[in-house]
Amino acid sequence: MAEKAPVSQADELPSAARLREIIDSVIREARALGASGVEAAVSADAGLSVNVRNDEVETVEHHRDKGLGVTVYFGQRKGNASTTDFHAEAVSDTVKAACDIARHITEDPYAGLAEPSLMAKVFPDLDLYHPWTPTTEEAIALALDCERAARTADQRIINSEGAYLSTHAGLRVYGNSNGFLGDYASSRHSLGCTMIAQSQGGMQRDHWYSISRCAGDLEAAEAIGKKAAARTVQRLDGRKLSTRKVPVVFAAEVARGLLGHLIRAISGGSLYRQASFLIDSLGKPLFPDFVEISERPHIPRALGSAPFDSEGVATQDRTLVSGGILQGYVLDSYAARRLGLQTTGNAGGVHNLEIAAGEMDLPSMLKAMGRGLLVTEVMGQGVNIVTGDYSRGASGFWVENGEIQYPVEEITLAGHLSEMFRGLQAVATDLDTRGNLRTGSWWVNGLTIAGN
Amino acid sequence: MNQSLEIAKQALLSPTGLTENDLHTVLDKLSSHSIDSADLYFQSVRQESWSLEDAIVKEGHYHIEQGVGVRAISGEKTGFAYSDEIILPALTQAAVTARAIARQGQQQQVQAWQRGGVPRLYSADDPLASLTAQDKVQLLQQLDSQARKIDPRVKQVFVSLSGSYEVMLVAATDGTLAADVRPMVRLNVSVIAEHNGRREQGSCGGGGRVSYDYFMHDGRTDHYVQEAVRQALVNLEAVDAPAGGMPVILGPGWPGVLLHEAVGHGLEGDFNRKASSVFSNRIGEQVAAKGCTVVDNGTMPGRRGSLNVDDEGVATQENILIENGILKGYMQDKHNAHLMGVKPTGNGRRESYAHLPMPRMTNTYMLAGEYDPQEIIASVDKGIYAVNFGGGQVDITSGKFVFSASEAYLIENGKVTAPVKGATLIGNGPEVMQKISMVGNDLQLDLGVGVCGKEGQSVPVGVGQPTLRIDELTVGGTQA
Repeated sequence: MAEKAPVSQADELPSAARLREIIDSVIREARALGASGVEAAVSADAGLSVNVRNDEVETVEHHRDKGLGVTVYFGQRKGNASTTDFHAEAVSDTVKAACDIARHITEDPYAGLAEPSLMAKVFPDLDLYHPWTPTTEEAIALALDCERAARTADQRIINSEGAYLSTHAGLRVYGNSNGFLGDYASSRHSLGCTMIAQSQGGMQRDHWYSISRCAGDLEAAEAIGKKAAARTVQRLDGRKLSTRKVPVVFAAEVARGLLGHLIRAISGGSLYRQASFLIDSLGKPLFPDFVEISERPHIPRALGSAPFDSEGVATQDRTLVSGGILQGYVLDSYAARRLGLQTTGNAGGVHNLEIAAGEMDLPSMLKAMGRGLLVTEVMGQGVNIVTGDYSRGASGFWVENGEIQYPVEEITLAGHLSEMFRGLQAVATDLDTRGNLRTGSWWVNGLTIAGN
Repeated sequence: MNQSLEIAKQALLSPTGLTENDLHTVLDKLSSHSIDSADLYFQSVRQESWSLEDAIVKEGHYHIEQGVGVRAISGEKTGFAYSDEIILPALTQAAVTARAIARQGQQQQVQAWQRGGVPRLYSADDPLASLTAQDKVQLLQQLDSQARKIDPRVKQVFVSLSGSYEVMLVAATDGTLAADVRPMVRLNVSVIAEHNGRREQGSCGGGGRVSYDYFMHDGRTDHYVQEAVRQALVNLEAVDAPAGGMPVILGPGWPGVLLHEAVGHGLEGDFNRKASSVFSNRIGEQVAAKGCTVVDNGTMPGRRGSLNVDDEGVATQENILIENGILKGYMQDKHNAHLMGVKPTGNGRRESYAHLPMPRMTNTYMLAGEYDPQEIIASVDKGIYAVNFGGGQVDITSGKFVFSASEAYLIENGKVTAPVKGATLIGNGPEVMQKISMVGNDLQLDLGVGVCGKEGQSVPVGVGQPTLRIDELTVGGTQA
């Protein structure tokens, strides 16, 4: 049905040497225009994604993207410009545009490159690059297998939103006028599907997916399909709950979001802008004393691993929360200077943040909770990092005597993030590693459910 | 005539010597396979943004991008490739890749060009050039000092100004050769106010397909500043929100995000072709209370969600989605319209050349009814009056939607009383639409700030509505 994909992913990426040349020319040209400091980042990405639905191919998309970002400093004035065009003339125009902007910017005493002494000097092999070049037919076949397993899993599955396979390979290069120039390649592949089930009570949809650096680490297509089908069927005939205060278990994939709210609240940008409910919280207890949260940027093949951050600063293992007490913020060099601290190597975000699991797996956790709500999905934007107020739509399952009783939908969960963090009872062993924030399920007390 | 088409050819094709004939040749090549249709989408974008904090303009950014996306459709199958270089070899390569979804087969005839692209809704001038860099910086500084002067509790002020100038040209096997030149500007003011150790934020902004000049008229910037400060100060007094089902009155304008979530997405053609929407196969049925008429209108001059032609070259129009409670029609792109046997509605939109088009909303709003807003508020004994929202989200299959209030008040005995903390409201689209019992006479559109996300693609949209009474909606507060 389809022709062979024209070129392999790896062949489509320009060489690191070519991207390094672009950075060199940016630094040279910006210097010639009088910049006292320059930094530049170049990226190139290639990928293939296929979608199938109801046993037919829906879309075959070939992705090729690239980008150059340039930041120049004239003393304490900063300017920034970016382009997708790597031709010499376009690169020069981008440098000029950044310089033009810097002229109109007000001096900011905190602006500048990260400290040269903090730049990455060793580049551990993090095993992040496993390019995968299935033919279009092979990619389609895997997506079809995944969808078929889902569609045939249960007769209440009446429709499909489709299954997809997506492969991606990319190259990042960053350099600055303090002499740093580093690059690393990485790959990312994912396979997933979304099903629709129906009963008297109406239609429900849900999904499941697997993502990894290496194709061989993906969950089997059939397993993903079956899990997607099971999750969808389980949601049928959901009920509302009456308004009440109950214990809640956030399933791992939802607990990840809570960890994300913590990171936003202790990020430099939120802190120096006074836009966080956790300003001045360093050294203070945020969680019960069993809670340990660490950052581990060098886990081989992990989705959040990186040898250096987006300012070239070396990433390293560190502890963010120990004994429930906040030990460190999440800072880039700008926010660090504003706060009188040192950068934590988090320009561009965190790298494999992990909360230590306790003893219980998820079923044991539900048993220990006894009666309450298991939340498997949250909806909407009702999280206020300035105040810590939390109010989101939710669905999941009602639990009695430690066992799931029936699906629950169309309710909200509300509380305050400080109280939710303090009310954390345990973290389960069902670690979800499909992202940068790695956690098992959380059992949290202190939330209000609103329903009918 | 065809002013946009001339500008687009100059900007997108001429620099590398491409001609209309070259586009025809590439489309011909695509048509050597068994495809139903194919299109080429050329785009260039220049964007800038300026931002102020700590009373100084400390960041400025300029971005330039261009490229071409090639799509080939065969039955329900779509092949897609793109290139960020607008040159004939790259275009041909992308075409070969895209057409691979279909077998080699009967050569289809590419239709003769039907040229389109007359600007009617907004100017084809570059908005970035409508103000000097110095004036942009001064404007931000002026708004900062204005905000700080209003109240000493204002501790932080953030102001951002952004603009973009986009040129697009689409050529398709059905003979479409259309172009659009699209300006967009946006200004936003956010503040953090502090009192007795409590901090709250407020923000307000606006914009549209206009030049920066827009902000200099009708006291717009004054309004943004005053509103941002007022909201933050109101929130400093807010008490915990109630929890549970109760009557909710929604203010006019931006609260129209309710319609966007509760019905808008569910009426997009792709979901209905796939029968995955709670509104699938329900045309002609009563899906909302009598008195509710909801339209999607891409033809409003200067509006953020407006387009002269959509990203498939189809002229935008005013589409009635729900009329007096009865479902009238869906929003369509060419592909889904063809598969469903209906006409495209001018709703085919894409984030960029590197994304596939889909049915998307433009400006979606409910028409005015007959009630005085005061009368609507007075009708509630105990409930919530919500006048501003963050954003929302919907599960189009189950119909469940949420939207999060950022400014709301208690209603007690028909009177608006204490402000309450932001709470998420949750409901089921078709059920909630049936519970709209009063429609105000005060239709307003939002100020021009909406961004809609779908399948990873963001596009600018508008929303609007008059004051509405919903007899019961679940309010996600903490006071059980």
